[in-house]
Amino acid sequence: MIKLFSGKSGGHDNFSVNNKFPHPANMRLSTHSLSVYIGGNPILKHVNVEIPHNKITCIIGPSGCGKTTLLRTFNRLVDTIEGVKITGVVQLGDRNIVTAGPSELTEIRRTIGLVPQRPCPLPMSIYDNIAYGCRIHGISGRKKLDAIVEYYLRAVGLWDEVKDRLHSPAGKLSGGQQQRLCLARSLAIEPSYLLADESTSALDPLSSRTVEELFVELKKDYSIVMVTHTLRQAKRIADHVIFMYLGEAIEEGDADQVFNNPRHELTQRYLDGGFS
Amino acid sequence: MFILTISSLLLVVAMGIGLYMKASPILHEHSLWDLLSASEWKPMKNQFGFFPFLMGTLWVSGLALIISIPISMLMAIYLTEYSHSVVRRFVYPFLDILAGLPSVIYGVWGMLLIVPWVSNVAAPWVGRNTTGYTVLACGIVLGVMVIPLLVSLFIEIFSNVSHELREATFALGATRWQATKHVVLRKTLPGILAAIVLAASRVMGETIAVIMVCGNLAIAPNSLLDACYPIPALIANNYGEMLSMPLYESALMFAAFILFFVVLVFNLFSRLVLKKIEAQ
Repeated sequence: MIKLFSGKSGGHDNFSVNNKFPHPANMRLSTHSLSVYIGGNPILKHVNVEIPHNKITCIIGPSGCGKTTLLRTFNRLVDTIEGVKITGVVQLGDRNIVTAGPSELTEIRRTIGLVPQRPCPLPMSIYDNIAYGCRIHGISGRKKLDAIVEYYLRAVGLWDEVKDRLHSPAGKLSGGQQQRLCLARSLAIEPSYLLADESTSALDPLSSRTVEELFVELKKDYSIVMVTHTLRQAKRIADHVIFMYLGEAIEEGDADQVFNNPRHELTQRYLDGGFS
Repeated sequence: MFILTISSLLLVVAMGIGLYMKASPILHEHSLWDLLSASEWKPMKNQFGFFPFLMGTLWVSGLALIISIPISMLMAIYLTEYSHSVVRRFVYPFLDILAGLPSVIYGVWGMLLIVPWVSNVAAPWVGRNTTGYTVLACGIVLGVMVIPLLVSLFIEIFSNVSHELREATFALGATRWQATKHVVLRKTLPGILAAIVLAASRVMGETIAVIMVCGNLAIAPNSLLDACYPIPALIANNYGEMLSMPLYESALMFAAFILFFVVLVFNLFSRLVLKKIEAQ
């Protein structure tokens, strides 16, 4: 299904580095009247949004508006917060993510990958960082994993920088390299969606630009949902925009329309820098 | 402040030298190897074999660690990774109380409960007959005694792993157990080892609780159901009564020196291991 850059396919019968897992055709991701409460306080209020395919969707809005919570509800990482309660529906294909059980959750999290806010390599080698996700989803065999690791490190442009030290600890890479490694790690389990929570905010401008360009390239094959604090970044790369305010999705639409011609007064005020 | 810090370092050196000086008379009479390998302990006949005591210490400490490490590790994993904060709020104060209990209380508890249990249940179960004052009883008491210490150390260590790292692992589809096993434990391995070393030093040096349940027989134990006589118990039991015999005093000082040396070497060795792991 996914054809990314010009990677090698590994040379195995019936095995392709980028088509190892089943990919159901209908994988629409949308929310219906989604509300999230943490310790009784409403963080999201009746959010209805839809994430378009093969586009970069940016969630924008002032601090504390629920952007990150919305993002983390998509792969149920909100579960790690104590006292969280979710109502409504998050639909992925024919599944409701909100009611998914533990084994379904494993599969959902494979389908909806996350690029963390700050680079956080797992405490293992560069090689194992990429291979780990595949291993927990049942892929084994040295040759297969070798091929996968190479393919995805190439996909994020890291292969040439690290090919001689694949088995040294990932923690020794620079921040920008670590973030690209995290991206490769997320891609290696072939998600259909990629969630990025301000994934460039902890990087220097140059690395940040590299990662940003990668996202733009990746949207051919993935649907990317991104939370960003910098409007400039959203304007640069967003195709689709969701504007949130105080836990509500105020406006959602094509990037051009939202940025140039917002329907809602609050959106206009936010874009004008009226509040942040 | 600098002088205070340095003086604590000098104190260790001074203690080592002091113990060695006091122990030297016996080292003049007997060779080091004889002292460590001989099994006869008859101070009146000038026979000082430290082998039983050394073995007693090693058996008891080993058993205590074998009991306490897995239990406290699982407890700490449960408390940091799985439990609800309400559970933690209740358990933490109890752990602190347990950690602060004087060791004599653990000793009494061992005498009242563990020793009879060993003599009435555990030993007959394998067809043996003992008084209950055994390596097993001693190991259990010491093991239980260090559990609160180990649990608090492990909790401290596991809590230091960033939440983001756990989330990144969950986000790949890992279960909580997988994240714990592959990421949290791996990340904290140096800390875990350091905690174990601390617990081991504590166990090797424990005196009162040991005296009360070990049996105090100067014979090297061959099984869990033999009595034993660890070094701290030897020193504490005999120090008051041997002032008339200079060589006896020197022998006990030598025992203290062995303990000091074992703990020191153990600490230094573990530091080396830590360095190796951190370098990887």
